[in-house]
Amino acid sequence: MKYIDEYRDKRIAQNILQKINIISKKKVNLMEVCGTHTVAIFRNDIKKILPTNINLISGPGCPVCVTPVSHIDEIISLSRKEDFIITTFGDMIRIPGSTSTLEKEKTNSADIRIVYSTLDALKIAQNNPSQEVIFMGVGFETTSPTIASAILKAQEGKINNFSVLSVAKIMPPVMKALLESKEVNIDGFICPGHVSAIIGSQPFNFIAAQYGVPCVICGFEPLDILEGIYMLINQIENDKAEVEIQYKRVVKPEGNRIALERINEVFKVVDSNWRGIGNIHHSGLEIKDKYNQHNARRFKVEIEETKEPRGCRCGEVLRGIIIPPECPLFGEICTPEDPQGACMVSSEGTCAAYYKYSRGRPCVCP
Amino acid sequence: MCLAIPGRVKKIFNDHTAEIEIGGIIKRASLDLIPKVEVGEYVLLHAGFAIEVINQIEALKIFEAWEGKID
Ligand code: SF4
Repeated sequence: MKYIDEYRDKRIAQNILQKINIISKKKVNLMEVCGTHTVAIFRNDIKKILPTNINLISGPGCPVCVTPVSHIDEIISLSRKEDFIITTFGDMIRIPGSTSTLEKEKTNSADIRIVYSTLDALKIAQNNPSQEVIFMGVGFETTSPTIASAILKAQEGKINNFSVLSVAKIMPPVMKALLESKEVNIDGFICPGHVSAIIGSQPFNFIAAQYGVPCVICGFEPLDILEGIYMLINQIENDKAEVEIQYKRVVKPEGNRIALERINEVFKVVDSNWRGIGNIHHSGLEIKDKYNQHNARRFKVEIEETKEPRGCRCGEVLRGIIIPPECPLFGEICTPEDPQGACMVSSEGTCAAYYKYSRGRPCVCP
Repeated sequence: MCLAIPGRVKKIFNDHTAEIEIGGIIKRASLDLIPKVEVGEYVLLHAGFAIEVINQIEALKIFEAWEGKID
């Protein structure tokens, strides 16, 4: 497939790898903050082929995994209301809330439908005018313009029974929070390619300027990731800290102007709670008052007292402090079939990626 | 969840949607988030929306940079 297959060329991968081996001297930790990168790194065995002094750490890159239990409880409460239809991306339905999941509510006769796009949710609202249709608005900047676009279409078409429960999050503030916490030493960031397709490279500039940490915005095929790592190592070895774009076929420094306009029109930036990390200043998106008709928070529901899954160490996994096999529940009590925490449910969760790609093979952990 | 896949624009409709071909499969997607695009161009598809047009010139640079660099 064009723009995929050619970026898997083994010979060129060898060339890049060889160059990394030549220039890489220091012991470094590089963090990827996108779940799609985490999966791509595992699938292509990139940790294994890199020199041992380069350690790749996964960060809070999966929007489903960082959604706190309280927000899962909130959507579960909405699903219990009569004449409500909940629409959601598939990954969300198995995420454990305090005492239930959307999947369990579905078997208890709640009307919960998996959609591929916000526009599918909008269609469901059009086809069911006597019911309230709620979309679980989870995602980073890649997804939030698609949510904004659906809200604008609902407003324009007077589809008043369509609402979004916004739990959308913004990436750069959590990277700042990780650097501020100093819990892990991060020498470079593999920045999220598709988040950056929307926001551009500029929002990462402060990371290089204020914290002296190099950033490279990377694509998702093996050659992209290897070239991105090469660019990071090159900066680190030359004591530079800049924001570079490896994924130039998609990412422009200024981002996608139209998508940003949609986000800014519909959403306001608010403080947001991240699972395992806590409240982060200006890291989330809430629907502006002028679109209140499409904000699911206008429905008042009682939300149960939050109970975190017992023994789950997702928070430390999401902060890059531990790797999943260090969690005592990993692979024994917590598996993709019977997940205890969010990081094992989503296919892009770090625990799920470790489970899928390291079982039955020598551990690829650093 | 931020997965996005490249696909080729096959047909553009008046309602600002398009048929996009991804490895032989045709998907209908919204063009609401991108500027004007032509049939034959490649876009990146995410959750039913084209989120960016792929820059064909930039796409080749990685090969120019690394082809035969070390042998
Ligand atoms: S292995 Fe399971 S219980 Fe342990 S941190 Fe990961 S999701 Fe939580």
